[in-house]
Amino acid sequence: MNVPTMASLFAEGKQPEVLFWVGCAGSFDDRAKKITKAFVKLLNNAGVSFAVLGTEESCSGDPAKRAGNEFLFQMQAMTNIEIMNGYGIKKVVTACPHCFNTIKNEYPGLGGTYEVVHHTQFLKELVDEGKISLEGGTYKGKRITYHDPCYLGRANNVYEAPRELIKKLDAELVEMKNCKSRGLCCGAGGAQMFKEAEKGDKEVNIERTEQALEIKPEIIAAACPFCNTMMTDGVKNKEKEASVAVMDIAELLARAQDL
Amino acid sequence: MEYLPNIIFAILLIFGIGFFAKNVKKLRRNILLGKETDVSDNTSKRWGNMAKIALGQTKMVVRPVSGLMHVIVYVGFIIINIEVLEIIIDGLLGTHRIFAPLGSVYDFLIASFEILAFLVIVAVVVFWLRRNVLKLARFIKPEMKGWPKSDANWILYIEVILMGLFLTMNAADYQLQQLGAADYIQAGSFPVSQFITPLFDGMTASSVILIERTAWWLHIGGIFFFLNYLYYSKHLHILLAFPNTYYGNLKPKGEFSNLESVTNEVKLMMDPSADPFAAPAEDAAPPDKFGASDVQDLKWVQLLNAYTCTECGRCTSECPANQTGKKLSPRKIMMDTRDRLEEVGRNIDQNRGKFVEDGKQLLDDYISREELWACTSCNACVEACPVSIDPLSIIMDMRQYLVMEQSAAPAELNAMMGNIENNGAPWPFNQMDRLNWAKESS
Repeated sequence: MNVPTMASLFAEGKQPEVLFWVGCAGSFDDRAKKITKAFVKLLNNAGVSFAVLGTEESCSGDPAKRAGNEFLFQMQAMTNIEIMNGYGIKKVVTACPHCFNTIKNEYPGLGGTYEVVHHTQFLKELVDEGKISLEGGTYKGKRITYHDPCYLGRANNVYEAPRELIKKLDAELVEMKNCKSRGLCCGAGGAQMFKEAEKGDKEVNIERTEQALEIKPEIIAAACPFCNTMMTDGVKNKEKEASVAVMDIAELLARAQDL
Repeated sequence: MEYLPNIIFAILLIFGIGFFAKNVKKLRRNILLGKETDVSDNTSKRWGNMAKIALGQTKMVVRPVSGLMHVIVYVGFIIINIEVLEIIIDGLLGTHRIFAPLGSVYDFLIASFEILAFLVIVAVVVFWLRRNVLKLARFIKPEMKGWPKSDANWILYIEVILMGLFLTMNAADYQLQQLGAADYIQAGSFPVSQFITPLFDGMTASSVILIERTAWWLHIGGIFFFLNYLYYSKHLHILLAFPNTYYGNLKPKGEFSNLESVTNEVKLMMDPSADPFAAPAEDAAPPDKFGASDVQDLKWVQLLNAYTCTECGRCTSECPANQTGKKLSPRKIMMDTRDRLEEVGRNIDQNRGKFVEDGKQLLDDYISREELWACTSCNACVEACPVSIDPLSIIMDMRQYLVMEQSAAPAELNAMMGNIENNGAPWPFNQMDRLNWAKESS
C-alpha cells in the first residue's frame, strides 16, 4: 500500500495537496485500521496527492479536552500544530469526526489554521469531480441507514455529504427516527469511549442500535471510528451480526469500486 | 373622593412596577456575578438570532404540538398587552375604553383579543392535561418534584384566571352597553364574551357594573401580580428569552473555547528560551482557578442561561444519558445553577452586599460528579433548547475543575490521559508503531 509520509516527501522536496490525519483509532484500533486502509485505497485510486504524518502524528487532544484536561489538550494541540506548521500544511482530511472538530475549530486559536475536511466531504468532492466513479451496483437497492456522528452532525452541521454518497451507491437510504440534528449519540463521545458508563438502565449504544434495527437495514453506515465500534458492539449484543453489517462510508465506496 | 380609584390605581401601578424593577436589579446583579465574556461581536447576526429564535419561535415548532400551543399563548400574550395599555390609561385618567374612538379598528382589536384569549385558554388547558393527566415523561422527572411542578401549574392557573377575567369584564361591558348604562359607550366587538353575556340577563345595571368593575380590577391587579411572580418562577423566560438568544453561542457547537490561562502556561513550557527556575514576578496576579466549582466561576452568559430556563425539559428528553437511565439531566444542571445563584444572591443581601463563605458550592452540594461524568458531550441538549441555553458548557467547565484543580477524574480516564501524555494516544500503543497499519495486509 502506497502511504507516503510528510517526512519522506519533504526529503524529496515535495508538498502534497492534502494531509491525511489518521488519528489514534485509525492507527491502532483493528476495526478502524480497515477504514483507514479503505480510505487510502480510494485516495490512491483517485490519484490524490496526499501524505500522512506517520510516527510524527500524535493524539489531537480531543478526549483529554472533553474529559476536562485542558492542559493536556493544549500540550497535544501545540505539539501537533508545530509539526503541521513546520511542513506548511494547508489542507487536512481525516476520517475521525473528533479529530476533524478539534483541528478545525479548536486549533486555530492556538496557532494552527488549516482547511479541514471530513473524509466524507472529501470523497464527495472526488465523486463530484469524477475522480471516483461509482458504477457496478454492489449496493444497488440495499437498505442502508446512516448514523450521524455528533461531532460531524450537530457539532459541525455536516449532514448531507455522507448521505449523498450513500445515494450515489444506488442504495436505499432509510432514516432512523432520530436523525440529522436530532440524531442520538452512540455513547462514545465526551471521553466516554475510555470509561465504563455511569449507572443506568441501559447502554447508550444499545438504545441507538435498537433505533437502527427498528427500520431493518442491511447495513448501518457510520462515519466515525468510535461510532463504528459502538454500533458494532450493539449489533453483536442483539445477535444480528450475521444479517446487519456496520460499515464506514469509505469502506462502502472502496468495496463498490472493488478496491 | 372622586379621584380615589385613580389614586388607588396609580399606587398599584407604582408598587407593581417598582417591586418588579427592584427584583430586576437583583437579577442583573446576580447574573453579573459571573465572569466576563466578550459577546460584543457579530451584532447583526445576534439580532437576527433573537428575531428568529425568540421572536419567531423557530425552535419551538420543532415539536409541532407543544410548539403550536406555545405560539398561541405567546402571540396572545403579546397582542393582549395592547389592551393592557388601554387599561392602564383608563385606570390613571378615570376614563373608560379610551381607545374606543378608533371605531372599527377598535372593534377589530377587541375581537382579536377575545379570540386570542379564548385560544390561550384552550392551549393552557392542553398544557395542563399534558402535565397532570397525560404525565408526559419530561414533566415528571425527579427534578420536577415539589416547587417546579406547582410553579408550572400556578402559571397555567393564573393565565386561565386572567383570560377568564378579561372575558368576564368584556361580557359585562357588552351587557351594560346594551342596557344603555351611563359611561358604557357602544364600543368593541365581542365574538367570545357575547356567549357569557346572557348570564347577566335580568340583573340590574348596578349589579352588572359591580361585576364589570370587579373583573376589571382583578384583571389588572392579576397582571401586576403575575409580573412580580416572574422573578420567583421559571416563567422569567418570557423576558429573558430575548437577551438569551441574542447572547447565544455563534460558534460551531463542537468548538469548546480554549482556556487562555492554560495557553499561557503551555506556551511557557514549550518555549526553549524560558527560564525554568524563574520565580513569578512579585506583583503577579495569582493564577486563575481552572474550571468551575461554583456559580461565580461560570461566565455571566451561563448564569443568564440559568435564569432563562423555563424547565420545559426538551434538553433532558433528548439527552442520551438521561434516556438510558443515568442521573444526568441537562435541565437539572440549569435548575441547580439558578438555585445556587439565588442562594448566593440571598447571602449577599443578608450580608450587606458582600458574599460570605457559606461552605457550599455548585459542585457536590447541587450537581454531583456522577451527573457530570455521564455526559457524552453530544450537544443534543444544546440543539434541543428553544432559547439557546447551553447546559453542556457548564458540564465541561465543571469537569475542568474536577480534573485540573482536584485531579478527580475517574480512574479509567486518568489511564487514558496518562497514555496520551506518554505515548500520544489514548491507548498504550507506542507512537513509533503509528504507521504499522500501512505495512499490514488489508
